Amino acid sequence: MSFEWPWQYNFPPFFTLQPNVDTRQKQLAAWCSLALSYCRHHKLYTLGIMEVQECPVFNHKNIDRKLSTEAILIVFEELRKKGNLEWLDKNKTQCLVMWRRPEEWGKLIYQWVSKNGMVNTVFTLYELANGDDTESEEFHGLEEWMLIRSLQALQTDGKAEVITMDDGKGVKFF
Amino acid sequence: MDRFTWSNGLLEMNETLVIQQRGVKLYDGEDKAKLDVGIALLSTHQLIWRDLKNHECCIAIPLSQIIYFEEQAAGIGKSQDPILLNFLKERLTEELSQKRWESTPMSQPIPTATNSQTGRTRAVGIVGIERKIEERRKETEKNISEAFEDLSKLMVKAKEMVELSRSIANKIKDKQGDITEDETIRFKSYLLSMGIANPVTRETHGSGTHYHLQLAKQLGDILLAPLEERGGMMALTEVYCLVNRARGMELLSPEDLVNACKMFESLKQPLRLRIFDSGVMVVQLQSHSEEEMISSALDNVTDKGSLTAEEFAKLLGLSVLLSKERLLLAEKMGHLCRDDSVEGLRFYPNLFNSQA
Repeated sequence: MSFEWPWQYNFPPFFTLQPNVDTRQKQLAAWCSLALSYCRHHKLYTLGIMEVQECPVFNHKNIDRKLSTEAILIVFEELRKKGNLEWLDKNKTQCLVMWRRPEEWGKLIYQWVSKNGMVNTVFTLYELANGDDTESEEFHGLEEWMLIRSLQALQTDGKAEVITMDDGKGVKFF
Repeated sequence: MDRFTWSNGLLEMNETLVIQQRGVKLYDGEDKAKLDVGIALLSTHQLIWRDLKNHECCIAIPLSQIIYFEEQAAGIGKSQDPILLNFLKERLTEELSQKRWESTPMSQPIPTATNSQTGRTRAVGIVGIERKIEERRKETEKNISEAFEDLSKLMVKAKEMVELSRSIANKIKDKQGDITEDETIRFKSYLLSMGIANPVTRETHGSGTHYHLQLAKQLGDILLAPLEERGGMMALTEVYCLVNRARGMELLSPEDLVNACKMFESLKQPLRLRIFDSGVMVVQLQSHSEEEMISSALDNVTDKGSLTAEEFAKLLGLSVLLSKERLLLAEKMGHLCRDDSVEGLRFYPNLFNSQA
């Protein structure tokens, strides 16, 4: 399934940071949602600032418009404030993109677990993310760092516990 | 004769031709040289003689080497025009005294003058430079003192003018009934345009002066028609040009114009002075409705898809400055949004607001 671009993507002003505050709010909201849905579609979990500038999302060659680096950082800051992005370094060159927040992943995983009556069972992380049983699930293929965070979120909620085993980590659901 | 050198007869960059004289014969001492009929050219740097028959034959002597010259009675037959010869002699004297070649040296090195101080050829050069510096200093001093002469004369005149205006203003005050208010205003404005502060009122700015009030009333009358023509709005600079062009003689200063315009509202004139965020000042009709302007601007932009300030100006017959202000205002109110790229600044309808 090919990615569907929103109408703003073909609207040249979308690529200029708007001075009018209200307009800018709407603009940034649209950018955040576009960035996240693009990452979700392509299953991107980390982004580097350098590559991002050339990425079709921010550089629309067809209409010859691109978002300035300054504006990209502002969009990323918005994402960070909403909890969808985390910087990996102080210089802001690499970041983690959470187009679904850990809490949301945790909820999905727990739903699957309880739906299949597997509460009180122990899973290895590998089983959860890459096992055959979970192949049709959205969280299948989830990168480990994200999986751990999701489970930690469930742990905070008292719904799971992360355990360390001989050959890795595992989780028990309650 | 031995100081003449062969030359191509062409003048250097800094050299100018002063005068030329035809039918000149060159004599070396008492003997007639092999150079017969030719043209003598006097330039700022050298004296050139060119053979008329054989143009390639051309010799020159740098003026710096001419120590002395004298006029000799023309030879037998008076083949030379005495008037012209005189003229040549005068010019040569002048060139020698001005020594213009010293201030603009030629590119070829002039062999140093072989005068009695043969042993100190270098010193001549330095003395020449020193002389040049001294001359320049004297020239500058002369200029400055001349300029100040005029200035002190001007100051004396100005003082007289101020005294005169003061006395007249007092007379006006005394004989209130004789001179009409209008004329007083005109007289004061005349003085003001000459740069002499109005001697009667102490305030030169601020919103209290009678002069500004009167001026505001005048402007209210003058500007109505032009404003209507221009769609109800004019930049203050346009007003300034218009009013001063119409007045011709008693010109307004920018400060006076601004102060007068500020009084429109208090005088209940149908005009307003308006200042945009960017600092641009305009005079507009009170009946001018900004909302109408904005909504019509939005219609225009929507119609064309997008507009730059220049395109909008052309469409409406407004100046680019005012059209940009209107677009910016529409953007501020959220009706338009901008597209800023290497292609320029364009305004689009604000679809962020209107579309989900």
